[in-house]
Amino acid sequence: MTKNVAKGNNKKLAVKLLFAVVGMFAFGFALVPLYDVICDITGLNGKTGGRVEVAEAGQLIEEDREVTVQFIAHQNVEMGWEFKPSVNQMRVKPGEVHVVHYRVSNPRDTLMVGQAIPSVAPNAAAGHLNKIECFCFAEQPLQAGETVDMALRFFVDPRLPEEITKLTLSYTLYDITEKSKTAAVASR
Amino acid sequence: MLSKAKLWLSLAFGTLLMWSAGAHAAWELNMPRGVTQISRETYDLHMTIFWWMIAIGVVVFGVLFWSIINHRKSKGAKPATFHESTKVEIVWTLVPFLILIAMAIPATRVLTAAYDASESELDVQIIGYQWRWEYRYMDDDPNAEEVSFFSSLATSREEISNSIDKGENYLLEVDNPLVIPSNTKVRFLMTAADVLHAWWVPEFAIKKDTIPGFINESWVIVEEPGIYRGQCAELCGMEHGFMPIEVHVLEPADFEAWYAEQQQQALQVAELTNAALSMDEAMAEGAEIYSRNCVACHQANGQGMPPAFPALAGSAKATGDIGVTMDTLVNGVPGTAMAAYGRQLNPIELASIITYVRNAFGNQSGDMVQPAEVNEFIVGGQ
Amino acid sequence: MSSAAIDHAHDHDHHHGPAKGISRWLFTTNHKDIGTLYLWFSFAMFLLGGTFALVIRAELFQPGLQFVEPNFFNQMTTMHGLVMVFGAVMPAFVGLANWMIPLMIGAPDMALPRMNNWSFWILPFAFTLMVSTLFMEGGGPNFGWTFYAPLSTTYAPDSVTYFIFAVHIMGASSIMGAINVIATILNMRAPGMTLMKMPLFVWTWLITAYLLIAVMPVLAGVVTMMLFDIHFGTSFFNAAGGGDPVLFQHLFWFFGHPEVYIMILPAFGIVSAIIPTFARKRLFGYDSMVYATASIAFLSFIVWAHHMFTVGMPLAGQLFFMYATMLIAVPTGVKVFNWVATMFRGAMTFETPMLFAIAFVVLFTIGGFTGVMLAITPADFQYHDTYFVVAHFHYVLVPGAVFSLMAAAYYWLPKWTGYMYDETLGKLHFWMSFVGVNLLFFPQHFLGLAGMPRRIPDYALQFANFNWISSVGAFLFGFSQLILLLVVIKCIRGGKKATAQVWEGAQGLEWTVPSPAPYHTFETPPDPSLIKAQ
Repeated sequence: MTKNVAKGNNKKLAVKLLFAVVGMFAFGFALVPLYDVICDITGLNGKTGGRVEVAEAGQLIEEDREVTVQFIAHQNVEMGWEFKPSVNQMRVKPGEVHVVHYRVSNPRDTLMVGQAIPSVAPNAAAGHLNKIECFCFAEQPLQAGETVDMALRFFVDPRLPEEITKLTLSYTLYDITEKSKTAAVASR
Repeated sequence: MLSKAKLWLSLAFGTLLMWSAGAHAAWELNMPRGVTQISRETYDLHMTIFWWMIAIGVVVFGVLFWSIINHRKSKGAKPATFHESTKVEIVWTLVPFLILIAMAIPATRVLTAAYDASESELDVQIIGYQWRWEYRYMDDDPNAEEVSFFSSLATSREEISNSIDKGENYLLEVDNPLVIPSNTKVRFLMTAADVLHAWWVPEFAIKKDTIPGFINESWVIVEEPGIYRGQCAELCGMEHGFMPIEVHVLEPADFEAWYAEQQQQALQVAELTNAALSMDEAMAEGAEIYSRNCVACHQANGQGMPPAFPALAGSAKATGDIGVTMDTLVNGVPGTAMAAYGRQLNPIELASIITYVRNAFGNQSGDMVQPAEVNEFIVGGQ
Repeated sequence: MSSAAIDHAHDHDHHHGPAKGISRWLFTTNHKDIGTLYLWFSFAMFLLGGTFALVIRAELFQPGLQFVEPNFFNQMTTMHGLVMVFGAVMPAFVGLANWMIPLMIGAPDMALPRMNNWSFWILPFAFTLMVSTLFMEGGGPNFGWTFYAPLSTTYAPDSVTYFIFAVHIMGASSIMGAINVIATILNMRAPGMTLMKMPLFVWTWLITAYLLIAVMPVLAGVVTMMLFDIHFGTSFFNAAGGGDPVLFQHLFWFFGHPEVYIMILPAFGIVSAIIPTFARKRLFGYDSMVYATASIAFLSFIVWAHHMFTVGMPLAGQLFFMYATMLIAVPTGVKVFNWVATMFRGAMTFETPMLFAIAFVVLFTIGGFTGVMLAITPADFQYHDTYFVVAHFHYVLVPGAVFSLMAAAYYWLPKWTGYMYDETLGKLHFWMSFVGVNLLFFPQHFLGLAGMPRRIPDYALQFANFNWISSVGAFLFGFSQLILLLVVIKCIRGGKKATAQVWEGAQGLEWTVPSPAPYHTFETPPDPSLIKAQ
């Protein structure tokens, strides 16, 4: 008789533990957005934020401070495009809005779709490089042989920590032709 | 079993003696002190912690072995009955805690120093590829000729396969070393073009992962000119053990001269791209490039290691339409280990290697491609 | 089988002794049978994983490429790690849990016997699936047992899908095992067996089981994300689609660090049983042992990023993970001090289990020392991904976890078989293993400090000497394990009859049943007077 009670308890406990297992499985997935949030706050992985409204820009320009912003371009190994910023670097006052172009061309004989992924070093500065307009917000389809100058409008947040005097903005181009909707539409 | 153990031991000591006779620095026990402020502080920190550990070890193992020797039943020891003591337990919780604090203080200091964000004088991008490094110097002057190059293993495959004697810097030598000035703050911006790699030079105490799509930074002020070597430290696939790092640190003036020369050469490459290449030149250069970049997968005889790494000898891609060969070399084959070499080799090198694979290993296409054609293929529609 | 006959008379629910032939093992729900299956399986995996290790050490015997291609070498390092962690060490502890926990807490069996059967029998399938990838086109997993993305996703061989399914099955097995252990310990204790009277092996397993339930699902989640990235176009770990390869490492090590303690906490339990027996003195500081185990388990959840000091975290993050990691030394130190204090002023004898247990304390502590060194972030920049790390975790896992398993095998073998094992062979096994393991792993500290990265099939000439010594040690250690096989087989077949108590100083319920332990035990709860404080 005590045996049956024990059996019932075992089942109940096992079900409870099973819920814990399912919960932890879900928690694993919940860590993905959680990680993004933490990265946004801390700049953990150097990822920059999304689009910033124009209204936020240019409100406060720090006239007596200048920082260097460097621009670099990388490509993932399968890309094979030409990809270069129009300037290597510029001196900017925090709060001032600037425009930089990246020239990109597709030398191949087919349509390709690229996606630029931004990253900022040092990562403490990542949250302070605000983009009003960026080619990285959208997929970039390029016809065979096409060349485009892609614009980036940005400003450096005046709240950038004092000790940071130079920040580097890097874009890495990825070939997303296969995954892209744009390519699927174009090929139809 | 015993005789087997004996055999092993005699084998062990015999060869040990033989080896120590031809001693190079092969008995190195500790990490290098290195040539930067941070590397020396790291070394000192390492030694401090090490001696703490030794001290704790002496005490703990001392009591342990003393008990083992003296408190054995065969010596007539009678077991005591104590089995707890709150006082003693509090002591041995608190004391290690205090020791840890004593260790954490210098550790925090060194780490904070390594994160120093003060401005650098030279910035170099380091990009990891399967399985080589690319270095790009960042020039303040936007019109300056860009200095960038790939750095691949220079050790020959014959050394690796034991068919010839191994050189002194076996597996630690590259064709194009990174060159930086001494006593200058050099900042490294690191990323990767495919998988994770890690750039590590022990003498600089720098080890940083290079992560595709993300940028990491690190910096160094090397005090002594010299040659420093390191290796990729993050598993990055088949040839992970074969992508070393070699850094030549020059006096600032020598560095300036070297840098100017590199810019000059970059201009020359542009010129030479428009000059004609002879078949013999292309085959000689091609053989060289093949041994550096291709031989690991496609093998010295061009037979590859099917199915992962197809043979080049007699392959349709290497003997058919030359445009296909060019496309394969320049753009790689997506989804396979075949990398795109369009950015890794210059047009002259590309023309040579394309010509080489079409005319080596019994392939007899007899045709060749000129650097200018390759260049046109790469930059295409502009 | 007179004891089986006695069980008959007592019990009308399970009349039968073991069934005959293969079906006994296929359909068994008996905790002792399942324990035996687990133990044999893990020993087989230990030899298989060891064979992979010997391929690695043979290749590293001398500089240059001798025996295997670099790609196959990477498959060997990957398989060695996976087989040893998931196939050898973890199932061995589950086997011991099955055999010993019911005996130690006076329960008739595990709480969920049918699930127990499944949790074992899916394991051979998982490992067959995983090892078979070695023979597939393109080869098996070659990205290390930590399978960092994108090497394990975008750049992986096709067989990665089978690897993912194998990991899922192993995970399911571990989770079922853990649920069973928790249910058994919480619900099936004999009257009078309060939590604070449980043997430490039971305590450490209870905590381990909770760790398993907390982190194995996260591992399942990680491999599921990989599966989606590879086959369904998601971008969890792919920067191109907005993902992050570093996220993989965070998730993996959120599982991976507690996993490390899953492999060592039960070992603490075993050693805490063996040392008092052979010192003939009660375990020092039982309560603090329990609290220390719980603290280690808690801390294991907040230190994962110490595996990732070189990925480029902000200073504050590095400092947090450094301090948290250093803290682990405190409860771990308490355990070591307690063991030493238990031996202090005891009356020790040195049978094989005790030799292994003492070697555990010494060599595990050395692994602990290097662990503290690795926690120091700036120094870790130099140690990270070198042979120093390899030496560190092999010291805590081989002369740590594996030695504890061997100690356990020798300690309880007479209880399992009813015969004493051959002490001479046992001691020979110990000494050969001891010498072998130190020859094998100690020089790897030097290699790492001198700058040899891990997971490389060939190395620069300055690393030649210590690699050579390490390889000699590896073969010595590897072949010594055949002695253990010999001892076990001899002991099953006969020898000196074992008494119920087996060891003069042994305390606890498992020593109150006859040797060999009857097929059914504690069908009626033991007399509460037998249950003493540990």
